[in-house]
Amino acid sequence: MDYKSIIQKIGSKKAIGMYNKMLEIRQFEEKIRFLFLEGKMPGTIHQYIGMEACAVGVCSALEEDDVIASTHRPHGHAIAKGIPIKEIASELYGKVTGCCKGKGGSMHIGDIEKGMLPAIAIVGANIPITVGTALAFKLKREKRVAVSFFGEGASNEGAFHEGLNMAAVYNVPAVFVCENNLYGASTSIRKVTKIENIADRSSSYGMKGVVADGMDVLDVYDKASKAINDARSGKGPTLLELKTFRYCGHSRRDPSNYIPKEEKQHWKAKDSILNFEKILLQEKIIDKEVIEELKAGIDKKIEEAIKFGQNSPEPKPEDTYNDLYATMEVPK
Amino acid sequence: MRLSIAEALRKAIHDEMERDESVFCIGEDIGITGGFGGAFTVTLGLEKDFRERIIDTPISEIGIFGVACGAAIMGMRPIADVEYGDFLFCAMDQIINQIAKLRYISGGKLKVPIVMRAPVGVTGRGAQHAQCLEPYFISCPGIKIVAPATAYDAIGLLRSAVRDDDPVLMFEHKLLYGSKGARAESGGIDASSEIPDKDYTVPIGKGITRRKGKDVTIIGSLLMMHYSLQAAKILEVDGIQCEVIDPRTLFPLDTDLIFNSIKKTGRVVIVEESPKQGGIGAEIGTQVAENIPDYLLAPVTRIAAPNTPAPFSPVMEKFYVPQPEKIADAIRTVVTNH
Repeated sequence: MDYKSIIQKIGSKKAIGMYNKMLEIRQFEEKIRFLFLEGKMPGTIHQYIGMEACAVGVCSALEEDDVIASTHRPHGHAIAKGIPIKEIASELYGKVTGCCKGKGGSMHIGDIEKGMLPAIAIVGANIPITVGTALAFKLKREKRVAVSFFGEGASNEGAFHEGLNMAAVYNVPAVFVCENNLYGASTSIRKVTKIENIADRSSSYGMKGVVADGMDVLDVYDKASKAINDARSGKGPTLLELKTFRYCGHSRRDPSNYIPKEEKQHWKAKDSILNFEKILLQEKIIDKEVIEELKAGIDKKIEEAIKFGQNSPEPKPEDTYNDLYATMEVPK
Repeated sequence: MRLSIAEALRKAIHDEMERDESVFCIGEDIGITGGFGGAFTVTLGLEKDFRERIIDTPISEIGIFGVACGAAIMGMRPIADVEYGDFLFCAMDQIINQIAKLRYISGGKLKVPIVMRAPVGVTGRGAQHAQCLEPYFISCPGIKIVAPATAYDAIGLLRSAVRDDDPVLMFEHKLLYGSKGARAESGGIDASSEIPDKDYTVPIGKGITRRKGKDVTIIGSLLMMHYSLQAAKILEVDGIQCEVIDPRTLFPLDTDLIFNSIKKTGRVVIVEESPKQGGIGAEIGTQVAENIPDYLLAPVTRIAAPNTPAPFSPVMEKFYVPQPEKIADAIRTVVTNH
């Protein structure tokens, strides 16, 4: 579908909302990158900069009570699914006000009450779990959809194979979103996989496979909507591959020297936020003034979130013992 | 009504599925009409009453436990099983990294009420269909572990496990099932019980004294509980009175029951079907040494399998699994030397 018809379908208000979410992810990630490199934030981070169209395109096509599962790179998914950034920031600081009370950290951001499982940081492991989430919806006759986000690297895991096969066999309401950002840590997918499209693997499970431009939020939204509607109406799961790219290294201080400069330039020229901005300006849905207002508003919100995280109380060391069992204390 | 463990588990699963629509079974070969009802007939025929909730799977253990995990988080109560406990290793990421940890990682916001059923025991199949896996899992926080040695406990513990809001791993012994027909096991032991016609449960975390005695405390689960009772019988002629404790739950351990018995007898022998290194005996023995050292008249004694995989040869297999006579010999030494 061309972008004009998609915009017409979703309406200006939602389009602006999607643009705003993409900015929120970008600005949040840039801010915490800075804090992290300054040594002010504990742990490690895997950043989503460059991939914003993927999370926002898919999550904008979901209902509030649909459930997503994410990976070790979950900040973008969490923001797109509606977890308040102050709870994310607080979790990154390991504080009690974080969305996992400081027990999860960056790689486990999530909140089941907002429709996001705690992110699952073992590559591919959320795929069979998503099949189970979707199976529960099916058995309970609920019209909800489960979405698994994972990278191209996960498609070489056994969990991918077992999960997708079972999803197809049980015809569960799920969508498997492969964010193909071309690199698993430092290894190019071309070096470890002989096929061009991960989506092609769907055919071996008797499942639909679709490729979308992961740098084009409208294309992602359009194809995700179709897959989600199919899932919700009993027409089975889809493997949706999004061609995308991460501007950062794999984690922490990785300068990604293994990625050729030209390749980085090629993808940055397709930047999803700038492209969407151009469309919104062309269609006169926003103007430069509104853009500046949005950016300033987000900056303020992020500042507040970071302060909230920094000023929130630390957990007590003994809180280590809480939250493991639902029905008993941890034996000491 | 007298039931074998296989029949008892079948009844308990049937009753729980009838009582609660969120309970479902997922596993290989569990509901194929004309098939096995799982490797040891536990789910035989259940598909007739619950077609939608007896879910046959491909040979995909990561899938089985991952699907169970996701469904449990969303409010279902899956009973996931493997045909042989050894296959749990194929699904270790889902069990150890996901099922056991997701509630904790979430800050306590979600629950993962899964029952995982796994047959164990060294039974003429060589090294990969033989392992007693308890040691691998008692070191994993987040999972409760039960091991019923009688049909009465099998029903009571299964009901408790299904109704528990935490993941529960249930080890069942191949020689105790009492499976019939083509799935019968040679060398099986009668573990059947008279089952009361009421909705009783056996609480998780509570052991039971199977035999009272004043000279030595023997601790054994599953088949080793039955062999320990046989050893206690052998020792009657020596005038040695053995107290036999069946922990029934391996985590959390009923340390009160264990400690109180040892305080009385002053001697403890732990019997295990798995290799001695890093086993359940190592854990119980250390807890005894840490907590009630002054009561010990003799060193903590472990009788366990050799630190090797299970061999196939029936001769070696008999050597590998602690036999009642061998258990009796070791106890005699402990009691007469100290």
